Amino acid sequence: MKSFKIKIALVTIILCCFSKAFADDDAIKIGFISYLSGPASSDYGLPAKHAAEAIIKSINAGNAPTPYSMKGFSGTQIELIFLDEAGGSTKQVTEFTQLVMRHKVDFVIGYLSSTNCLAVAPVAEKLKILTILLDCGTARIFEENDFKYVFRTRSHSTMDVIAAAKYFLTDHPEIKNFSGINPNYAYGRESWRDWNAVMSILAPQAEKQSSQMPKLHAGLYGSEISSLARKKSDVIYSSLWGGDLKAFLMQASPRELFKETKLILVAGEPNLQNLAGFIPDGTIVTSRGMTSGMMENDSKLNRWLIEIFQEKSGGLATYPVYSTANAILGLKKAYEKARLTKLQKAVPMADVAGVQDGMKQAYLPPNTKQIIAAFEGLDFETPNGRVEMALGKGHQAIHGTSYGTTRTKDGKVYTENVKFFPAKEVQPPKNIKSLDWILNGFQLTK
Amino acid sequence: MNSIVAIIIDGLVYSSWLFIVAVGLTLIYGVMKILNIAHGSFYAIGAYTAASLTGSWLALGYDQSTAFLIMLFSAVLVGFTLGPIIERGILKYMYQRDEIVLVLVTYALFLMLEDIIKLIWGVNPYFLYQPYGLLGSFEIVELTYPNYNLLLIGCAITIGCFLTWFLQKTRHGKILLAVIHDREIASTQGINVDRVYFLTFTLGTVLAALGGVLTAPMISVQPGIGAETIVMAFAVVVVGGLGSLPGAALAAILIGLVRSGAVHLFPDLDLFSIYLVMATVLIFKPKGLFSAQEERQI
Repeated sequence: MKSFKIKIALVTIILCCFSKAFADDDAIKIGFISYLSGPASSDYGLPAKHAAEAIIKSINAGNAPTPYSMKGFSGTQIELIFLDEAGGSTKQVTEFTQLVMRHKVDFVIGYLSSTNCLAVAPVAEKLKILTILLDCGTARIFEENDFKYVFRTRSHSTMDVIAAAKYFLTDHPEIKNFSGINPNYAYGRESWRDWNAVMSILAPQAEKQSSQMPKLHAGLYGSEISSLARKKSDVIYSSLWGGDLKAFLMQASPRELFKETKLILVAGEPNLQNLAGFIPDGTIVTSRGMTSGMMENDSKLNRWLIEIFQEKSGGLATYPVYSTANAILGLKKAYEKARLTKLQKAVPMADVAGVQDGMKQAYLPPNTKQIIAAFEGLDFETPNGRVEMALGKGHQAIHGTSYGTTRTKDGKVYTENVKFFPAKEVQPPKNIKSLDWILNGFQLTK
Repeated sequence: MNSIVAIIIDGLVYSSWLFIVAVGLTLIYGVMKILNIAHGSFYAIGAYTAASLTGSWLALGYDQSTAFLIMLFSAVLVGFTLGPIIERGILKYMYQRDEIVLVLVTYALFLMLEDIIKLIWGVNPYFLYQPYGLLGSFEIVELTYPNYNLLLIGCAITIGCFLTWFLQKTRHGKILLAVIHDREIASTQGINVDRVYFLTFTLGTVLAALGGVLTAPMISVQPGIGAETIVMAFAVVVVGGLGSLPGAALAAILIGLVRSGAVHLFPDLDLFSIYLVMATVLIFKPKGLFSAQEERQI
């Protein structure tokens, strides 16, 4: 008994020594990529960057609420290296490689564009660097690939499409026809494809009329608006975003495009307040999660995010801010889980002879494989609600979302008739592709 | 029938915009043989200046109809400030260099100006939506069009006619044509070529800024708008023939109508339509529709 007590005392002393010694690890470097220039910077890229700075500052100081209150990642400080996502996917691949080879980053978080995500993910896999995709609507990343080093802590765009259709059809089950205007690249095409599939199941009587696919950042939409106006569809579905969406609405509103036609925006949330005056009352918009302003979300984490973001940028926390929080908090949770797992495995080994080496190993930071193991299938709280890494063999997140209808009052855009859709109602189960799930009538098999 | 009318109207509006944003580029190339990539930045700065000045003007409560004067003033202000500074401060020292060097210099300028825009205006979008709806609208074939579109068409025609008159009928225009034809011979005839370059670059900058000013009420003015526009302007200039004013006009109409037709009839071909025109023209006329005959020195 006496000998056992001595062993415990020795283990405790060694643990204390090592915990101090290894608490001063070099900072963890995270490469953070978002649009710092170009048309996507103002609504998406820069809010994401400001959010990353604010979140990391708060985490490094140990000011984040539980369960993220430990300083840094398990006590190790975080350092961010920012890169611009603008410039095309070839540039992104080159810069990703440089980020890993030259800057020796430990992890990469970033990418809003589906095209960039599709280009960078195989490179991350090849370089064996844990990469968290911030946004990228496309479902193809994990439905067509089996990535080990790549994670996405945001749901893919299928959720937006299905929830939009369900929300719209609740009040308009008799819809006769629809049209669409979507950006001509991976995300826009996929979003429109999914909408057509969902409508073929939920409203088979509805006929597709005009299908407009302007190039990304087209700027002028006169011909598209004329074509849509001539069809007079019951509803126009759009996944336009950022400056494109604003320009479209600025040009469409004076032309009375929405006089008799409803509008659904599946990527309108970050713009909402900028759109006051252009966005027609009755437009259906999504929050793409539980972002503030639409859903009642008074969690401690949400209040923390809104406060630190406001302090950093003076702006409202919108969709990209929440995407950034999901990615950083998910990584922190996985990292700390991996480290804890290592420690838990080490502590029972109380053999005095081997304890020093054992503890030394235990206090080394977890390696990438251990973090990946902890990340796969992880379930964690975010300011955006609960996120489950449920799809893509535990690499693709799912979470709930909400939809509402806009009303502009005193120069501000409000949403009313908000309805929440739990994750599993609007996202496919494991082992089935989104499109197959939709076309199977939201069943695993016919 | 309704469809054809809509295609023509939309095509003409788009053509007018294309011509306005490309005409400064073609003028500068015609006279100075500079493929001015910074043209996109002048366009963007014009849009930003118009959005800031006109927005502030309207916020002070002045009559909304005066907004158009402030917009015009913005284009002139940008052109007469940036044009002389860049021409006298940078380009003047580069004229003896190869054309490729000048392209690189204007590309460097473009990159610097894009960052300067962000330093001055930040990255948040600016809106100047009032002028777009201010002139009312008209209805044709059951479609509503803002009268602002007619203003765009009117501006394009006015700019085209003014430049044609200036080049064909005025002494200064003929001097300009002489420089276009042969810089060295013009110089030996006593023409101050440096001064012609200075005036041409300033006028080209005013026209680029005017393109931005007239576009500002229809878009969200934000970083990156210059880069998108310069690609379209190049397409027009290349199809029309580098440096040709009638070529730019015809190319703008051709591209505008084909694109409008594609959007209405074959929306999936929208993205491809402009490059289809470009490829077709360049197959049969590799130097563009109105390319000048080049002399070969033996």
